[in-house]
Amino acid sequence: MAEVLVYVDHVDGAVRKPTLELLTLARRIGEPVAVALGNGAAATAATLAEHGAVKVLTHEAAEYTDYLVVPKVDALQAAHAAVSPAAVLVPSSAEGKEIAARLALRLGSGIITDAVDLEAGDEGPVATQSVFAASYTTKSRVSKGTPVITVKPNSAAVEAAPAAGAVEALEVTFSAQATGTKVTGRTPRESTGRPELTEAAIVVSGGRGVNGAENFAIIEALADSLGAAVGASRAAVDAGWYPHTNQVGQTGKSVSPQLYIASGISGAIQHRAGMQTSKTIVAVNKDAEAPIFELVDYGVVGDLFDVVPQLTEEIKARKG
Amino acid sequence: MSLRIVVTVKYVPDATGDRHFADDLTVDRDDVDGLLSELDEYAVEQALQISENSDDDVEITVLTVGPEDAKDALRKALSMGADKAIHVEDDDLHGTDAIGTSLVLAKAIEKAGYDLVISGMASTDGTMGVVPALLAERLGVPQVTLLSEVSVEDGTVKGRRDGDAASEQLQASLPAVVSVTDQSGEARYPSFKGIMAAKKKPVESWDLSDLDLEAEEVGLEGAYTTVDSAAERPARTAGTIVKDEGEGGKQLAEFLASQKFI
Ligand SMILES: Cc1cc2nc3c(=O)[nH]c(=O)nc-3n(C[C@H](O)[C@H](O)[C@H](O)COP(=O)(O)OP(=O)(O)OC[C@H]3O[C@@H](n4cnc5c(N)ncnc54)[C@H](O)[C@@H]3O)c2cc1C
Ligand SMILES: Nc1ncnc2c1ncn2[C@@H]1O[C@H](COP(=O)(O)O)[C@@H](O)[C@H]1O
Repeated sequence: MAEVLVYVDHVDGAVRKPTLELLTLARRIGEPVAVALGNGAAATAATLAEHGAVKVLTHEAAEYTDYLVVPKVDALQAAHAAVSPAAVLVPSSAEGKEIAARLALRLGSGIITDAVDLEAGDEGPVATQSVFAASYTTKSRVSKGTPVITVKPNSAAVEAAPAAGAVEALEVTFSAQATGTKVTGRTPRESTGRPELTEAAIVVSGGRGVNGAENFAIIEALADSLGAAVGASRAAVDAGWYPHTNQVGQTGKSVSPQLYIASGISGAIQHRAGMQTSKTIVAVNKDAEAPIFELVDYGVVGDLFDVVPQLTEEIKARKG
Repeated sequence: MSLRIVVTVKYVPDATGDRHFADDLTVDRDDVDGLLSELDEYAVEQALQISENSDDDVEITVLTVGPEDAKDALRKALSMGADKAIHVEDDDLHGTDAIGTSLVLAKAIEKAGYDLVISGMASTDGTMGVVPALLAERLGVPQVTLLSEVSVEDGTVKGRRDGDAASEQLQASLPAVVSVTDQSGEARYPSFKGIMAAKKKPVESWDLSDLDLEAEEVGLEGAYTTVDSAAERPARTAGTIVKDEGEGGKQLAEFLASQKFI
């Protein structure tokens, strides 16, 4: 069976969930061969093997953290040359898309970004995408070269599928461009202890209606009662009430959880673009005409300062 | 010293309009108003700020690849304060994908001459966010992308990239390709004076032959990807909406429990 390269997103050897989802999708097309780079690369192998990687190509070098994007492109290109895969799958993060694009160009291949599903087809993998703020669903394929496809988080279930996961060292020669953009400083994000926004099964978001940074405690309390991630509209972020890393929407994160709860958010097209594919959508808004109600499975017209705390208390009571 | 900045701007269908596909599965531009992509206004703004903060002689050229109407986007950028504009327009460009667009842009940027390219973080219609990286690869210069803060001094570009795991400080030598996010600072509105001045600013028109490109390299024919189908997402089935009469939170909890979320 043809091999499929899967780019591994990991933090010091801890594999992030979207990569495991990619392994599920890769197995529909062929045999997953994972590529893990940088500090802790070899430590990813056990988890990757458990989820179907037949092989794990690893390479550790300071370049991966000291310079932007290009060293990783060089490594994927080397992996492509070594394996001649049927497709290359990369998680759809901002960096993932940049890596994938440059790789595709070097390979003379086409690129598809932000796929939400992937299946095998007669003429190569067929990717499902959600476009125009999720108002259309398209099916596309790469028609030239090795398909390079980036896939959004939450596009497939993580499945156990034990495979060999044999670790092999990848030989990488860095290109002249590799050291072009130096990372001169790095401030890691502080962990909130809550799930990662794009990976969470439940997202609880607040907007302009939350009316102040201190009031986000109400949104956080609801999120914590459900073990959810916290999101925010751009209006709330621009007002300085919540960090930009938590913004949901076109210029923030795109989320696709099982449950999305929007409070004090009107539902502008740019916000919808980032949450419309959520499975179940719930909203609390005091304006019955707010466009968010067009999307909801359940909506409460009311003041969030009454409804949300009551909801949180009720959830806590039911969970006992 | 002089600094030549090329800002790439895209003319896009209005996101609040009813966007849809044409029969050949390209974006239908006929029924929806177009405009300068809001995210590219941030790129124009940063170019203007770099110019204002510089002792060098800075020249800002705005560049677009797009249909006839795309001139509107160039006019807007010129009225914000850019110096001149280049419009790459050719019937054979219809249906060009990101790989093809980056080829046309790269050829035009090289022909125009540049020290710094500034792009938006993503186009508001395609939303791929890959063109800046593709430009850097094609031009063989550093990519300093997704910056929420940018500055240029002594032939070096510096900026801050806020990623998921960390916020990074980046640095590269010119020439380079930069992209800026909507966190980089609100874009200015064109002043009346700016709008009047823009009418006199030069707009060059180039076609594929001006860039030594063949029709087969671009357009639907040259595309590296094929869209097989596009279907309107079925409207979500109307949900239950209740008015809070004091029990709204409890009712919501009951719904969540019925869906097994609690
Ligand atoms: C290029 C571009 C990109 C953008 N990207 C994004 C993006 O990524 N994400 C994003 O979110 N937006 C984005 N926007 C902005 C978007 O257009 C909207 O302005 C924004 O989403 C509005 O946020 P909001 O719903 O919180 O605020 P508003 O639209 O002001 O809505 C606030 C809502 O809260 C309700 N409310 C007020 N008080 C209460 C209360 N006490 N109880 C209950 N309800 C209450 C009101 O009825 C109202 O419906 C973008 C815009 C542009 C042009
Ligand atoms: N047709 C175009 N003409 C000019 N610039 C473009 C065009 N398409 C994309 N760009 C630039 O590339 C950026 C990213 O676009 P994209 O990769 O399509 O999301 C945009 O913000 C623009 O700066």
